[in-house]
Amino acid sequence: MTEVANRDAEVATAEEPRTHGIDISSLGRSSDTLKLEDEKTSLEVKNLKLHYGEKEALHGIDLIIPQKRVTAFIGPSGCGKSTLLRCFNRMNDLVDGCKIDGQILLENQNIYQRNVDVADLRRRVGMVFQKPNPFPKSIYENVAYGLRIQGINKKRVLDETVEWALKSAALWDEVKDRLDDSALGLSGGQQQRLVIARTVAVKPEVLLLDEPASALDPLSTLKIEELIHELKDEYTIVIVTHNMQQAARVSDYTAFMYMGDMIEFGSTNELFTNPTKKQTEDYITGRYG
Amino acid sequence: MRVSLKKWSQKGSPWVWLNAGAVAISLIMVVGLLGLIAAKGLVHFWPHAVMEAEHTAVDGSRSVIIGEIVETEDVTAEQLRTAGVSVSEGVDFLSRNLLKIGNRDVSGFDFRWVLDRELSNKHYPEKVMVMERYEWGNFYGYLQSVKEAGQEVSLSENGDLWAEFQSRIERAEGIREKIEHIEKGEIGSINRGLERLRLKQRALELKGNATPDRLADIQAERAEYDAQYEGLQAELTDLYGLINRDSLVATTMDDSVVEIPLAKVVKAFRPNQMSLFEKIIFYVKQVGSFITEDPREANTEGGIFPAIFGTVMMVILMSILVTPLGVITAVYLREYARQGPLTQLIRIAVNNLAGVPSIVYGVFGLGFFIYFIGSGVDQAMFPEALPSPTFGTPGLLWASITLALLTLPVVIVATEEGLSRIPRSIREGSLALGATKAETLWRVVIPMASPAMMTGVILAIARAAGEVAPLMLVGVVKLAPSLPLDGNFPYLHLDQKFMHLGFHIYDVGFQSPNVEAARPLVYATSLLLVVVIALLNLSAVSIRNRLREKYKALEM
Repeated sequence: MTEVANRDAEVATAEEPRTHGIDISSLGRSSDTLKLEDEKTSLEVKNLKLHYGEKEALHGIDLIIPQKRVTAFIGPSGCGKSTLLRCFNRMNDLVDGCKIDGQILLENQNIYQRNVDVADLRRRVGMVFQKPNPFPKSIYENVAYGLRIQGINKKRVLDETVEWALKSAALWDEVKDRLDDSALGLSGGQQQRLVIARTVAVKPEVLLLDEPASALDPLSTLKIEELIHELKDEYTIVIVTHNMQQAARVSDYTAFMYMGDMIEFGSTNELFTNPTKKQTEDYITGRYG
Repeated sequence: MRVSLKKWSQKGSPWVWLNAGAVAISLIMVVGLLGLIAAKGLVHFWPHAVMEAEHTAVDGSRSVIIGEIVETEDVTAEQLRTAGVSVSEGVDFLSRNLLKIGNRDVSGFDFRWVLDRELSNKHYPEKVMVMERYEWGNFYGYLQSVKEAGQEVSLSENGDLWAEFQSRIERAEGIREKIEHIEKGEIGSINRGLERLRLKQRALELKGNATPDRLADIQAERAEYDAQYEGLQAELTDLYGLINRDSLVATTMDDSVVEIPLAKVVKAFRPNQMSLFEKIIFYVKQVGSFITEDPREANTEGGIFPAIFGTVMMVILMSILVTPLGVITAVYLREYARQGPLTQLIRIAVNNLAGVPSIVYGVFGLGFFIYFIGSGVDQAMFPEALPSPTFGTPGLLWASITLALLTLPVVIVATEEGLSRIPRSIREGSLALGATKAETLWRVVIPMASPAMMTGVILAIARAAGEVAPLMLVGVVKLAPSLPLDGNFPYLHLDQKFMHLGFHIYDVGFQSPNVEAARPLVYATSLLLVVVIALLNLSAVSIRNRLREKYKALEM
């Protein structure tokens, strides 16, 4: 970690930081003062290997996701960033022929232990997918779904939580008068925020966002990004994105993955301005990917 | 503007025309089929004019003939000559009429072919009367007088004989309803009570619990029923005396005088003096009574209500049985079973099950459900009724189960199809919120697949409602004495045999003693069967459309 600190100093002393064409003014707030070693750990990945049948898709990943920060995974298509993300709430269990070795510790407990309740884990580690996937139910029922699953059916509790979750997802003002309308009548951006509200409603510790804005228009994307800023005070957020500008804008830490390997991980500011690895530099300067 | 043939065919126009032609032919066939059935069936209820004419027989004897012209056709002269009718040379065709002359009790047959040239002085007298009777079919003739207790009723001045006659028919009809109520309702429930006591006594004897006390209790109850029965019997005797008080005197076409008790008359009308409006009202009433009444005269007359009721009842029970079974099977196959050669084999087997001839299902139902399971149920639950079977005999339950089995593949395939179309992202969305697989299925996947399930049920209904062959083995009868659903405990009688429109068509058309009389009924019943199936289907379709509207995310 001393190397990182040295580089920090280098950046500070450099007359003009190398920005690689990325608008540095939009970088995550105060991310340049962040240091990994000061952070509390939310998720810790230890030598994680993942096989799809015969093919190894992740080759021994080691990573620490800091608590209540936004961590972005970037990398070219097929590099394994979504696969890694889906390991955090064991979504890969649903894929036939998927085999996982290694450990992921959530609050110092290995989530791949035999006695872990997967449903409970997924309540603690919520996930939002690339394409908005609201249920064909009313807006209210979509948000209340996770609570009902937990057996909470008291009208008052549901009402409060739905309102709170929709407010957290910055959707309340737009839908408060039509909570009983079908969620399918919302626009794509609203649907995605509804899905975030639905995930937030079960009060998870970690939010996994799998390219949450890739199917949305620029304005909706902006709203989602603002939302991420607001949510990171409460939740540990891990976001997968194709879009480097987006990673730069929203995240505190960034991990660059390539071909199933974790190439570089560090604070966003540093990774974009002063990458240590040649591959990272090549990627963020657009030489490949 | 001439387009070369080659260019025309290159553009694909021949295929378009071929397809359009095929569609047109199919439509014409469907419309033609329905049109034929409707025309032949619906005409039957119209009050046709009754013709009176002079008939000169081949031997020169002359007689008066009264009847409705049912059909007119041309016969070849050759055919007539071989039948011994002299036809002058040069005539190729002669027209021949089928007359419904009724009065089967007088003349022995109620339809007659008559050559048109043998009829003269055709006219349609206003006074001629058609009378529907409970026995012997229609009567055609002239009303002469009405008798009360053997004495001719003297009409007051400007009294109308016809009006008097009608009011007395109505009176008889009222008494008949009372008699029916007593016979079917009250005496029926006494009989059921007696049967229950008999079974109770038998059960006690079988278990060795038949103490004199208990037997005395049963005897006392029985005596009570007997006393009730005596009372009702006396009432019935009175009512029969009342209903048989009146009779009518009428002349037939050969001027013979007949006396008919009014108790035998369903209705009487004079079609030749009815106005169009009256005829329309009469027609609507006739159609109504066809749909709502019980059959008479070996099903060749009266209504077909029990058959409609039986068909609908059976289809509803079948749907109730097949839907959960098929859905559960499909959910297991698609969601839980490990996809491999075994599930593939099961799928192939299920698909092939749909191709098994339906009579085979009937045989299976008879052999397995009725003789094996049914008699097992009897031995376990109704030992006191043996040797007469309760469930070990064809009945509504077994018919419904057999048809449920027959339609099961359709529901399974449609449901699987529906389940496979639910996007993976929706399932993952639910799982990611901490729902288990079962919760996801129950709360999201199955509701979303429900329109597909309804499609399966619709197809099942369409198939089951028209099925006759297996039903003949597992529960349908020509005439069921009572409906399978009534006011007597346990209300739904699953062990009873029932009537079915499809079998009714076969029975009336091909097993009846009076084929000519029954033919229009065959068409009418066919039309009704089509209508019933269409209604069942439409209701299922409307349910499906409502579900589709609700879960239209699928169409994305």
